[in-house]
Amino acid sequence: METLKQELKENIIEQLNLEDIAIEDINDDDILFGDGLGLDSIDGLELIVMLDKNYGIKLTDPKKGRAIFESIKVMAKYISENRTK
Amino acid sequence: MKTVYINSIGSISSQKTFDNSEFLDDIISYEDNVISVVNPSYRDYISPGDSRRMSKGIKMGIVASKIALNDAGLETVDAIIIGTGMGLLKGFEKFLKALLDNNEQFLTPTSFIQSTHNTIGGQIALGLKCKGYNFTYVHDSISFESAMLDAKLMLENNEANVVLVGGVDEIGDYTAELHKLIHHIKTEKVHSTKLLKSQTKGVVYSEGANFFVLSNERQNTSYALIEAIKTYNTLGNININKVVSEFLKENNLDIETIDIVVLGNNGDITHDYFYNDLSAGIFNSTQQVYYKHLCGEFNTASSFGVWLASNILKTQKLPEAIKLNTIEASKYKTILLYNQYRGENHSLTLLHKC
Repeated sequence: METLKQELKENIIEQLNLEDIAIEDINDDDILFGDGLGLDSIDGLELIVMLDKNYGIKLTDPKKGRAIFESIKVMAKYISENRTK
Repeated sequence: MKTVYINSIGSISSQKTFDNSEFLDDIISYEDNVISVVNPSYRDYISPGDSRRMSKGIKMGIVASKIALNDAGLETVDAIIIGTGMGLLKGFEKFLKALLDNNEQFLTPTSFIQSTHNTIGGQIALGLKCKGYNFTYVHDSISFESAMLDAKLMLENNEANVVLVGGVDEIGDYTAELHKLIHHIKTEKVHSTKLLKSQTKGVVYSEGANFFVLSNERQNTSYALIEAIKTYNTLGNININKVVSEFLKENNLDIETIDIVVLGNNGDITHDYFYNDLSAGIFNSTQQVYYKHLCGEFNTASSFGVWLASNILKTQKLPEAIKLNTIEASKYKTILLYNQYRGENHSLTLLHKC
């Protein structure tokens, strides 16, 4: 699980081009959207594509993303339970 | 009709041109076939949150436009008109690669947003909260002139009072490799000072953003006035000397009236003859200037030429590094710019001292 969390942080920083943020800056429980890391709806779309591409998880209802992408910890738990690759 | 003035400028190029208090004080030389811009500190102008979805072309455009607006003491403008030949190549290449690599699956919005030509004008408008006319011209090497012509017509007819006009193009690495294969970019590295002696096919490829605030109201700090712009898609068999002579006649000018001719020579042996014909022809007794050894070649490189001519007219200084011949003009009052790329899309721009 720790490896997956690390991997998610790396991918989020790279794919969302978070130039000023390092892996150490993101805590497992930090809120990713809104007041937390400041991600927005376009980032949400990027994360949905990342789930599909990297872990084989198809999120058919984008509204579900709100709960799944709450934090790195929540994301990692969801991925480890639902991944197909 | 109202007169159109260049009231301020902002430039990001392969020279350190983003500081308007300097005018090519220190020339940077290159020995390469692809040269990038000298980057300003983009963070001084764009917040990290905003910049993370901006490709280099957008950043260059936003910063160059902000420099121009600051120079004119303006917060916003009536219209924004952009010229770009290739648009946002980096985003386009990234989007296309993802499309091919992933069998048209997993496409994300960011690189698509960054790949459309009119994103530059859109992002500038968002930053300025400008809801006015916003247009992007894409027409090879006359993209910038098309934008400038549109602005000129608007201002002359009093449809707007202040218009931001810019030329932007960015380097795309994959595109550059393709252009090397077909010899549109030189395969060998060339030193800036030897560009016109290279005797090889292709150009030294580059990128840049040059922005201008145009207005039908003159300021004390205005750079120049725009007398005429004309573009030609093709010339057929007509000699360039004849084309320029007719252009001058249309504007009630003769060759002697032109103090300086600014030529877009890029060192491509297959197409520089247009410039050479003019140099040896009707302008053989005129002071000649060139600039693509400083900024490289890209579809809107002629906007650097306008930046250069504007500075000459305002400062009344002409850097040694841009002199193409040994003739010295007695005054710097009227400047004619001529540009073309690969024998097509020719432009003539006539600027006059304020």
